Amino acid sequence: MKVTIVDYNSGNISSVINSFKEVAKDKVKVEVTADLNKIKSSDKVVLPGQGSFKSCVDALNKINGLTETLNEFAINNKKPLLGICVGLQMFADIGYEETETKGLGWIPGKVSKIDNQNGKYKLPHIGWNQINIVKESKIFENIENNTHMYFVHSYEFIPKDKNIISATTDYSSNIVCAVENENIFGTQFHPEKSDKIGLKIIDNFINV
Amino acid sequence: MLKNRIIPCLDVKNGRVVKGINFVDLKDAGDPVEQAKIYSDGGADEICFLDITASNENRDTIYDVVERTSKKCFVPLTVGGGVRSIEDINKLLNCGADKVSINTAAVENPKVVLDSSKKFGSQCIVVAIDAKKNGDKWEIFTHGGRNNSGLDALEYAKKMEDNGAGELLVTSMDRDGTQIGYDVELMNNIASNVNIPLIASGGVGNLDHLVDGIKLGNASAVLAASIFHYGKHSVQEAKEYLDSKGIPVRI
Repeated sequence: MKVTIVDYNSGNISSVINSFKEVAKDKVKVEVTADLNKIKSSDKVVLPGQGSFKSCVDALNKINGLTETLNEFAINNKKPLLGICVGLQMFADIGYEETETKGLGWIPGKVSKIDNQNGKYKLPHIGWNQINIVKESKIFENIENNTHMYFVHSYEFIPKDKNIISATTDYSSNIVCAVENENIFGTQFHPEKSDKIGLKIIDNFINV
Repeated sequence: MLKNRIIPCLDVKNGRVVKGINFVDLKDAGDPVEQAKIYSDGGADEICFLDITASNENRDTIYDVVERTSKKCFVPLTVGGGVRSIEDINKLLNCGADKVSINTAAVENPKVVLDSSKKFGSQCIVVAIDAKKNGDKWEIFTHGGRNNSGLDALEYAKKMEDNGAGELLVTSMDRDGTQIGYDVELMNNIASNVNIPLIASGGVGNLDHLVDGIKLGNASAVLAASIFHYGKHSVQEAKEYLDSKGIPVRI
């Protein structure tokens, strides 16, 4: 099996690479590339993302044919894809960080700034917060409800269809922190930085 | 609920762990990679490396330490010390650091914070503030506490937030290495003046000091060095103690 981590200059992805390699050991081949043919021939794709929604979308669009290839992979061929942090946020139709920016449009919804309730809540939302699993998800197999995960973000994904939400976390409101829509998975938290339980989520995705 | 974080900090010199008392009189406390692994296995919420390597020819040792650590530890790793430019930040992030803390360079050239947070995202830019009390205010010191910039710490903290810092790591120079507790007045003054998380540092000698940093200093995270690495307390003990005082922690 081959898992490809999409390297589209979205910022720092070394932790994602290290964690997947740690979990994959010798059983699974982990590739880090933006090569369209290599993505097409993968069994699974990981879409990381750091920085702003706009900078990530811009970086995706800069690579000729990449969004089309990802569309084909996830939407037409329905192969498993995991978006992490801004990688998840880009599933939305639209994001409002920096300026209004069109997303991939895979899951109807928008990405807007977390309401800090007039300074009551610090932003970014940084640190370990518990996840409330609201529906069964393949990536949560053997993950207990209320487990802590590591978060760093100021914006939240608000999907139109609440049925695709697999977990939320409590920070100012119930923030969507994981989604599953058929073959498309996403986490707002960073499994690659969430210690052994985070690695378990990565393992679950590899085994989907 | 978001938990308060406990961050053990390892001072690293020429690739080895040391901890200074008021920045002098260094002792060797071992291999940073092994230490970091012990901490992350023991429940540390993040790990912080402060590189205090003085000579330029040994500056590259930190990159090797970061690279080896990031392959073994799967909690966030912050690296600071001697970070001068976008290029330094890029290199540390590529080696596997999750956040980079900028101290002197941010004072001398605040644009480096603006540029780096734009380029890499605020989530990985921590501005380290070394402050010392002077009369009724606190002033920013640079170069490991040697130079007084004369800048007001509160104003500077606000400016760094505006420039895109994701977090502030605030060290009281009066308290660092003394083990008499954080300067909670300084912490609270800054924390209540900004909307980004504050990490308190400098002066921890016992577990009550960690409680004070959060309860009185209003810090989101507490950083400590010597109480952890000379085996006085484990991170787990610290967390259980905080929990017993009603502070939310990840146990």
